[in-house]
Amino acid sequence: MTITQQIITVGVVVLGTMLTRFLPFFIFPANKPTPVYIQYLGKVLPAAVIGLLVIYCFKDVSFISGQHGLPEILGVLVVVTLHLWKRNMLLSIAAGTCFYMALVQFVF
Amino acid sequence: MNDISSTRAALKFAFPQTIPILAGFLFLGIAYGIFMNSLGFHAIYPILMSLFIFAGSMEFVAANLLLISFNPLSAFFLTLMVNARHLFYGISMLDKYGQLGHKKWYLIFGMCDESFAINSTLNIPNNLDKGKVMLFVTLLNQIYWVVGATIGGVFGSLITFNTEGLEFVMTALFIVIFLEHWINTKQHHSALLGLILSAICLAIFGGERFIVPAMLAILGVLTLLRPSLQKEKRAAL
Repeated sequence: MTITQQIITVGVVVLGTMLTRFLPFFIFPANKPTPVYIQYLGKVLPAAVIGLLVIYCFKDVSFISGQHGLPEILGVLVVVTLHLWKRNMLLSIAAGTCFYMALVQFVF
Repeated sequence: MNDISSTRAALKFAFPQTIPILAGFLFLGIAYGIFMNSLGFHAIYPILMSLFIFAGSMEFVAANLLLISFNPLSAFFLTLMVNARHLFYGISMLDKYGQLGHKKWYLIFGMCDESFAINSTLNIPNNLDKGKVMLFVTLLNQIYWVVGATIGGVFGSLITFNTEGLEFVMTALFIVIFLEHWINTKQHHSALLGLILSAICLAIFGGERFIVPAMLAILGVLTLLRPSLQKEKRAAL
């Protein structure tokens, strides 16, 4: 690829990414009433999308071969238990990550 | 509060929210920079791409696009597919970002997974300028990412310590945000649907192709449930 072709390729990726981010705001501008259905989606979507993001983190984990996702499952258990117990965001994340790193580096 | 002290208060509230992302983005950003370095790209590539694309997974995909034959149209449609989930973020943030005047342009530009997840669930105290808090969350996250990509791109080949498993920090972050949102809300239909429908789609379609089917499934079921969910919401008020 020439430099110009590279610039165009990156430019197209920027354009596509920004289109997915800006499109809802262009279709439903703040100065016009948003349809009730879209308002409803705006209220119920965030929880669902965060659920989607949680699952997204496991997209490259193989549950049927290798370690069957065992390090990931144990890591999730540590994060969830610790968080429900202490409700300290940084502690849950730091301890869960260190635990997972120890598992994949030394145990599995 | 005057302008400077309200800005400082917003930053003071926003920064702790982004500390997990500081760890995650520095690591992933460095990994991305190293990856670009290993493909033979000059450091300016990861720096500019992290600055202007600012969508982690897409930047890795874009690196591969630069290595195959020139085809901007297919690159464009691939980008739309990989980033389709942003459409849902936008719909969710219409209310929160739409009213913020000129701030909204940067907030929307920088709406990556992590900034969306934090800003959509954060309970910001009323005495703080909400727009400024969300702006700082977004800006700090992007700074971490660009700094990481720069370090990786420039010093990539020199970094040798064992970071295997550090990427789990992002998984832990999303789980904690999910739990916090769960604890702070009364209705859990939507959260459960997102989790279950996405898991089913991941099992059926695989990691590379499950997002768009999962989005359609979530949209479909939430639309079907709308009459009953809205009724419960009114009753709850």
